[in-house]
Amino acid sequence: MSSLEEIEFSSKELGHYSRHLSIPEFGMEGQKKLKAAKVLAVGTGGLGAPMLQYLAAAGVGTIGIVDFDTVEASNLHRQVLFGASDVGRSKVEVAKERLLANNPYIDIEIHNVRLTSENALDIIKEYDVVADGTDNFPTRYLINDACVMLNKPNVHGSIFQFEGQLSVFNYKDEEGVLGPNYRDLFPEPPPPGLVPSCAEAGVLGVLPGIIGSLQASEVIKIITGIGQPLAGELFLFDAQDFSTRKVKVTKNTDNPLRGENPEITELIDYQEFCGIPSAEEEKEESEVPEVSVKEYKSWVESDEDVQLIDVREPHEVEIAEIGGTLIPLKEVTENAEQISRDKKVVVHCRSGQRSADAIKKLQEEYGFDNLYNLKGGILAWSEEIDDSIPQY
Amino acid sequence: MATLVIPTPLRKYTNQNRTFETSKSTLSDAIDDFVNEYPDVQENLLDEDGNVRSYIKLYIGNDEVNPQNNGGISLDENTEVSIVPAIAGGTPKI
Repeated sequence: MSSLEEIEFSSKELGHYSRHLSIPEFGMEGQKKLKAAKVLAVGTGGLGAPMLQYLAAAGVGTIGIVDFDTVEASNLHRQVLFGASDVGRSKVEVAKERLLANNPYIDIEIHNVRLTSENALDIIKEYDVVADGTDNFPTRYLINDACVMLNKPNVHGSIFQFEGQLSVFNYKDEEGVLGPNYRDLFPEPPPPGLVPSCAEAGVLGVLPGIIGSLQASEVIKIITGIGQPLAGELFLFDAQDFSTRKVKVTKNTDNPLRGENPEITELIDYQEFCGIPSAEEEKEESEVPEVSVKEYKSWVESDEDVQLIDVREPHEVEIAEIGGTLIPLKEVTENAEQISRDKKVVVHCRSGQRSADAIKKLQEEYGFDNLYNLKGGILAWSEEIDDSIPQY
Repeated sequence: MATLVIPTPLRKYTNQNRTFETSKSTLSDAIDDFVNEYPDVQENLLDEDGNVRSYIKLYIGNDEVNPQNNGGISLDENTEVSIVPAIAGGTPKI
């Protein structure tokens, strides 16, 4: 953070921030603190999009953005930084354009990379506050551990369908007392699969808007020193019944970072920690016979007798379909008799993951040897064969 | 009747029910009652030793409780026990 005495505002900037300057508790000092501050937002998704818009508009002087992804159509119902014409573009590039269009008086540093154990410390060390708007457990533990090692406050937001959680971790208060971190709250992540992805489980579009905006508010409070940051507490929100509550987060003496016997002194392999197979293991596990969408199309066009099975959920069929008998993955083994054994059977889903799981189950439990996974699923069909099929 | 508030990720094991009402008068008995009603919850809520899983917290009011430490804590008809799991919201990639 630069010295506040060196911070100056042009007349245009003063106009931009005038409603902040009018708040007695905020005033010029608060605005200078914002301009001097450097905030890193990890993720420009549902949480990052609203958070970044408010942080930029509020006048945070330097905002770093980490994201390696590109804009997809399925992002647009909640990632309000992006529009339909941005599909396919780099998220950080679009974010920078949009944020500077709102506020040209700030700096945006983009990091178009995955945050990894190799680069996290180097990236995070340059910033004063980190805002975690990621969408997966390995990155959450990585950000937590890096923030603890670098003594950075971590403003955490997370969402699932209609529920949101918010807390400020690793925050040092005015008396120098350090608050709990994410490992105090949840020492370990849930096993893969218990909390499904947004793609599988869905999320109410406005929910990350609410939680991401609250994250921006906490970031601004930390920087300006106004109010009490949500440290040592977890805020819970359920949009379905509009219930809100705060519960206590206490330090855990077994915390491997800051507990009585710290065991973690450097960043670890967070994929492994979260029980997620490595790329090689995944490849090994997912080895089922495959057919590309082009090859499958040629089978159909040459009138080959092929049965098509769709293992998605019924509500997904309403969004996009390429035909086939619908047998959702969880019901596939009890409906094995509907699947032919004397011709090629192509099994498909949205991306090819669930259909591979279905084939493995059917091979193991019923000995099928005529099943082919449609590689890339409906997404690949939409991309390579028929772009009128929606991507979701 | 005390009430257990069931979070979204566990509702697939509770027929999508959002709450569970129990006439039991202690936390341990209420948790037993809950997992007896919905056996598929057990593996996802408790480990082999009966401890709450490390990715889940239980709260009464604002305070964390655990059947191992506070199992005898008494529940009355207005007690609400919240089950709060870790959520990330997304796909398993960095």
